[in-house]
Amino acid sequence: MSILVNKYSRVIVQGITGSEGTFHATQMLEYGTNVVAGVTPGKGGQMALDGKVPVYNSVEEARAETNANVSIIFVPPPFAAEAIIEASEAGVELVVCITEGVPVHDMVKAKRIIDQNGTRLIGPNCPGIITVDECKLGIMPGFICQKGNIGVLSKSGTLTYEAIGQLVNVGLGQTTAIGIGGDPVIGTTMIEALNLFEADPETEGVVVIGEIGGQMENEAARWVKDNMTKSVVGFIAGQTAPPGRRMGHAGAIVSGGDDTAEAKMRIMTECGIAVCESVAEIGDKMKAALSN
Amino acid sequence: MKIHEYQGKNIFKSYGIPIQDGYVIEDINDAPATIEKVQHEFSTEAVVVKAQIHAGGRGKGGGVKYSPNTEQALENAQNMLGMNLSTHQTGAEGQKVRKVYITEALDIKKEYYCAITLDRSQTKDVFMVSSEGGVEIEKVAAETPEKIIKVWIDPLVGMKSFQARKLAFGLGFSGDAFKTAVKVFMKMYACYVGTDATIVEINPLVLTEDDRIVALDAKFNFDGNAMYRHKDIADLRDIHEEDPTELEASKYDLNYIKLDGNVGCMVNGAGLAMATMDIIKLAGGEPANFLDVGGAASAETVKNGFKIILSDDHVKAILINIFGGIVRCDRVANGVIQAVKELGLKVPVVVRLEGTNAKEAKTILSESGLAIIPANDMKDAAQKVVNALIKS
Repeated sequence: MSILVNKYSRVIVQGITGSEGTFHATQMLEYGTNVVAGVTPGKGGQMALDGKVPVYNSVEEARAETNANVSIIFVPPPFAAEAIIEASEAGVELVVCITEGVPVHDMVKAKRIIDQNGTRLIGPNCPGIITVDECKLGIMPGFICQKGNIGVLSKSGTLTYEAIGQLVNVGLGQTTAIGIGGDPVIGTTMIEALNLFEADPETEGVVVIGEIGGQMENEAARWVKDNMTKSVVGFIAGQTAPPGRRMGHAGAIVSGGDDTAEAKMRIMTECGIAVCESVAEIGDKMKAALSN
Repeated sequence: MKIHEYQGKNIFKSYGIPIQDGYVIEDINDAPATIEKVQHEFSTEAVVVKAQIHAGGRGKGGGVKYSPNTEQALENAQNMLGMNLSTHQTGAEGQKVRKVYITEALDIKKEYYCAITLDRSQTKDVFMVSSEGGVEIEKVAAETPEKIIKVWIDPLVGMKSFQARKLAFGLGFSGDAFKTAVKVFMKMYACYVGTDATIVEINPLVLTEDDRIVALDAKFNFDGNAMYRHKDIADLRDIHEEDPTELEASKYDLNYIKLDGNVGCMVNGAGLAMATMDIIKLAGGEPANFLDVGGAASAETVKNGFKIILSDDHVKAILINIFGGIVRCDRVANGVIQAVKELGLKVPVVVRLEGTNAKEAKTILSESGLAIIPANDMKDAAQKVVNALIKS
């Protein structure tokens, strides 16, 4: 078991003929991901990735021909929200959007449509998702992961890798690692991802990595307190971030009302989450939490 | 992206929102003619002289002056232009005033607050109004939240007039003022959507003695990611309002934010960059900056990163923290060596490379003959950079 994706996931790559799409789709194939189709409007009928993957003009067509149920998006920001909507309207169950820099107004509308259609979206502006040794969807380096029983949930890319690296160092493998993205409007929230990990029999504990800005970590902490039976370790980046400044991610900004690292760490602790003061403690904290 | 009040008001004007109007000067020699023009055009002896800087809290800092006659208006404009205006948002050093806005003066009956922004928890836009105008809305929200009226807008449907009516009734408007308020709120939403704003705020919106509704201020924040479709707004950017080093960094596509500390850092990824700043602080140092060099971390980006970090004289040590996923650490190591050779090692540099080819990278660094301090993990790196700081 795992969450969201596994070796049976049938994947469409939207933007497969672009440089990012080609590079990462190749890496995904090498990892063992079942990439069954690509979509680039106007390039239907061609073959991508050295003749391994057929290209279609639309997601609808790709889905009809290959029965794919998952899609990953590598298209430029001006077209990313539309790509999400296209996948959702075509009936794709899970859409992962890697693209960084999608306008917020576009995402607010796209979010409303995917909610209406019952599509699950991960991202945008995220590293994607990986179910260890089964399916890699996105840009995460697969080789750093090791099969095991910890779920990883994060707003950030390289910080996810850091957490995975530390877990492996203390002998803890992962079920699934999911980067939900650092934008103000994202598809899958922390609560939704935690819910999936809680329901997964293979996952024994979850590392939650948040950052300054918004209320998502606080909402997740309260949910954990009321619903979660598994061990949760938390870390919040941005203790030294100045207020009012956007720290790289579009959503990482302190603008008032318990959205500082300090406030989030306090609320998480109050809700029974083992909070790491330093990023270097993630692996050890998880190990300690599991032995309690 | 932020803009000045006068620019925001011009946008309001183009959407048909009534504003307290005026003209901007950058040269004090233009003041007499401009004051006269405002007096004549808006049939008023009194004018208001307003400093144009991006930071809020201008009034309290002395950046907004009611001027009952020409002499006082001239004196205020003279004092304001070129002054260093310090508000709670600029910090003690203040911000130089390069533009002064001379506007009509209005007889105000009552002040209101109104704003539209994204409610991240609901992933919908929220329109907020309050009868407590002219004061900090955070204070109202904390002390008397019942005085804030909100409506959430369905992005697929847009704002509907019943929602605008709810806001206008909530503020106690009646008669013609009510009708105008409804129109103004609808136009404000059209403006928010039409400009890809992340916030549109009018504080205060006023009811005048002659029952007109007028925007006395205009605060905008735009979504930088959407500016490709608003060239006219992107052109309103005022680089004088930005930190020169940050501006320079943006030319290299580096995401840099200057801080007050002495340990420079260069990291790939925004989350890891923040976590690196935090662990420097925990180890006893003070981070001098946030710097995300992005996924690539090539020799060129590392070199540009060094240049930017070292342009800050307070930096006494540098920590490079790269988690190589797709990017190979041996390439980053070669980039670091190349950059150090070209720029010279002015301060101690601690390097932590993890991920793809990390072992090869460590060998490359230790065999380079350069005084680069290799570190094994983040904790080790933070301690080593703080130790280096103490020694230097």
